Parts: sequence; structure tokens; C-alpha cells
Amino acid sequence: MKYIIALILGLLVGAAVFAVGVIYNPFVLDRGLSPLAVTGAEVLALNFSVIPSDAIVFTNNGESRQKPYPEKVLQLWEAPIRHTSTMATVLRDARSQTTGIGVKFSSLSEQTRLLEGEALVDSVWYLYLPGRGSLFMEQSENYWKFLRQVGLPAYQSSANSWKGSWLGDLTVGPGALGTARVTGGTGTLQGLQMEGLESLSARAFSVEEGPIAADGRLLIELPAAADDSAVEAATE
Amino acid sequence: MLKTFIIGIVLGLVATAAGLHTYPVVDQKREPSIVSVAANGGNVESFHVKVPMDRIMIGEPGRKVPLPVGLEWPEDSMLQNVRIELFKIRNARDTVVGVAARTAADDGPTQVIDWVVHLPARGSVFVNMSPEPVEGGYRVGKLRAGSREFGSLNGSLTERWLPDTSGEEDAPQGRIELVTAFVGDPDAL
Repeated sequence: MKYIIALILGLLVGAAVFAVGVIYNPFVLDRGLSPLAVTGAEVLALNFSVIPSDAIVFTNNGESRQKPYPEKVLQLWEAPIRHTSTMATVLRDARSQTTGIGVKFSSLSEQTRLLEGEALVDSVWYLYLPGRGSLFMEQSENYWKFLRQVGLPAYQSSANSWKGSWLGDLTVGPGALGTARVTGGTGTLQGLQMEGLESLSARAFSVEEGPIAADGRLLIELPAAADDSAVEAATE
Repeated sequence: MLKTFIIGIVLGLVATAAGLHTYPVVDQKREPSIVSVAANGGNVESFHVKVPMDRIMIGEPGRKVPLPVGLEWPEDSMLQNVRIELFKIRNARDTVVGVAARTAADDGPTQVIDWVVHLPARGSVFVNMSPEPVEGGYRVGKLRAGSREFGSLNGSLTERWLPDTSGEEDAPQGRIELVTAFVGDPDAL
């Protein structure tokens, strides 16, 4: 009997050691600076809040940490969309002026590989910027670094929360340089193929509610060959 | 006994690694695609939205009865000519398989009608519709971009409003029918 108990204890310790090893895996690479952060091209910057109650609408399966908003919004409980969230939000420029409206669909990715430090989300943005046109942005996001540096400390805290300053890029593809693929739909941006990036700036996180103070930002690199009027309109 | 404990640790390490490697952390539920082949090539697939039960949001200025209850549309003048609706999307078997956004906006001389359909297990499509409906009440749009499964496709999407004529008490008001006709890039062959 004591051998069986020793074996079970060993199994539990082994599993725990492995889990700690995965979480603190030093071989998970930090991609560092995004190529869009050092580009010389014109960049369109769109800011938004990632807090559900700041959005126009946020909904998911209703069982996740982030609660749907408004409270009575239809929830995505059906099996094929149970791992999906939907948000409609106002987009603002650097001066906090309304620039447009964005709809984001996010689904947990089957490509997630925790062993390789990848907690992936497949997402698309639809961006409508009055006077400029519409954009579609497709991307894979990796939340591993955020979970390790913000989520885990929040769990370890006696207050079940985290406060600090965390800034990181979420986009890891599908572009070769880890950027999102952006397509212009209508208006002055029609037909343009661009690259984009979503980043997150977090200041407070709660285990129960998720992000409490956090902002998102979309950066879209406008192509050099674009019509000058389009670039001026998009960056003014 | 120490030897057994150490063997347990090794087994625990191996079993956890094998488990994480073998079993997917995320497993999206898939509904089989119901596809037919178009006469001129390409795959045709039909989706629909039951109105009002599949409506998640109607976002537009000045709406007296907000949907969902409690929704506050931004009062910014920039968004006065914009209407965005969010829906659940059903396949031909009437099973919810995704979510979608429809945007209608007057942008000066340009009228914009865009659809984004997101099917979690497959990918997303972005379609610009022609504002003027064609014969039969259809509106036709061109696939501008797609992600994952739809990333390399070309084609079109049609939308049509079909009012309910069943007369049943709990029947929907009608449905928005979306039909996609996509074909692969011939250059890729």
C-alpha cells in the first residue's frame, strides 16, 4: 500500500514540476519589438478600451471571467460558438477623438500549444471609419506572455488581483513578421493590402473579472504606394 | 519506497508532457459543412439568420427600443449615419455555427453595406455588398478577404430577406438568407 501512495505522490509531484516548468519555460522566446514600431511608413493608430462595460456590446458564453455587457445581451452558448466572444466598441485616435467603430470576433485557437508558450486566439476585426472606409483585419493573438506576467501574479496574490504596468503586442501572425493581415474594403482604403498589430496596455487585473484597467491599440501600416489623399485622410 | 517515489515523479513528468502534446487544449465543435457544387465551378453554402431570435445587437442612432436592453449607442456625430447589427449565424440544418456583423452606412456619396461572417472552427469572410438589390430582392457582394479556410478563396455572397409565411404563433418574423459561392484561386493549382 505504501508503495502505491509513494507512486501516486510521485506522479503528482512530477505533474506539478512539469507544470511549473511549462509556465517558467526560459526557452519561450520574447519576440521583442514589433516591426510596426520601427516602420518609417505612415501608421494609423486606433485606441479602444478592452473592459467589457466600456464597450457598446460585449458577449461570450456567459461563463467566462469577463461578463457580457449589457447584462441582457444574447449569449453565445451554442457549442460551435461557445469559445467565441464578440465585441463592438468605439475607436479613438491619439487625441481621444472618435475615429470610428470596431467589431471584434475572437475564438480560442486549436493551434494553442502550451508546451511552446502559445495560448492562441484567432480573431478578426471589422473597422468602419466614417469618411475613410472599412477595413478587415485578421490575426492570431498570443496571450501567453500576458497570462504569465499578469494573470499568474494575480492568482498568486492574496487579493486575487494584479496592479502594475504591462504593455505587450498580442499579434503573432499570420504575417511572416508576426503581423496581422489588413484589407481595405471601401472608401479611400478600398483594395489596399496592409499589415497591422494589436497591442494591450494593462494596469489592473482581477482573477474574478479579468482586466479592470486596460486599453487596446491597433496599429495599421498604410502602404507607401497608397494614394496620398488616402494617407492624409487616414492619419490626420 | 524512495525509488518508487522517484519513478512516480518521472512518470508524472512524462504523462503530463504526453497529455499536453496529445490532447488539444482547445477543441472547437465542428458542424459538417453542407456544400453543393455550382454549375460554373465553386462551392455553394447557405446560411441564415432567424429574426429576431438571432439578433445580438442593433446599433444605430435614435433607436427608441435598444437591442440589447441597456445598449447605449455613442452620440458622436461621426456615427450618426452608421447602423451595425450583430447576429448568430445558422447553417442549412438550422444549427448555430457562427456570428456575423452587418454594417450599413451612408458615407457621403457612398453607401456602404459590409458583412463579416465568423465561423470559429473554419475562419472568417469579409464581403462588400452592392447597395442596389438585383432582381429577386437579392443583394450581391464580393468576397474582399478571408481568414484561415477562406484565406485563398474568391467569390461572392448574396443576401435576401425572406419574411415568414408559416403563420405559426412562435415563428420568426423572417430570416436573412446568406448564400456564399466561393472558388479557389486558379493560380494556386
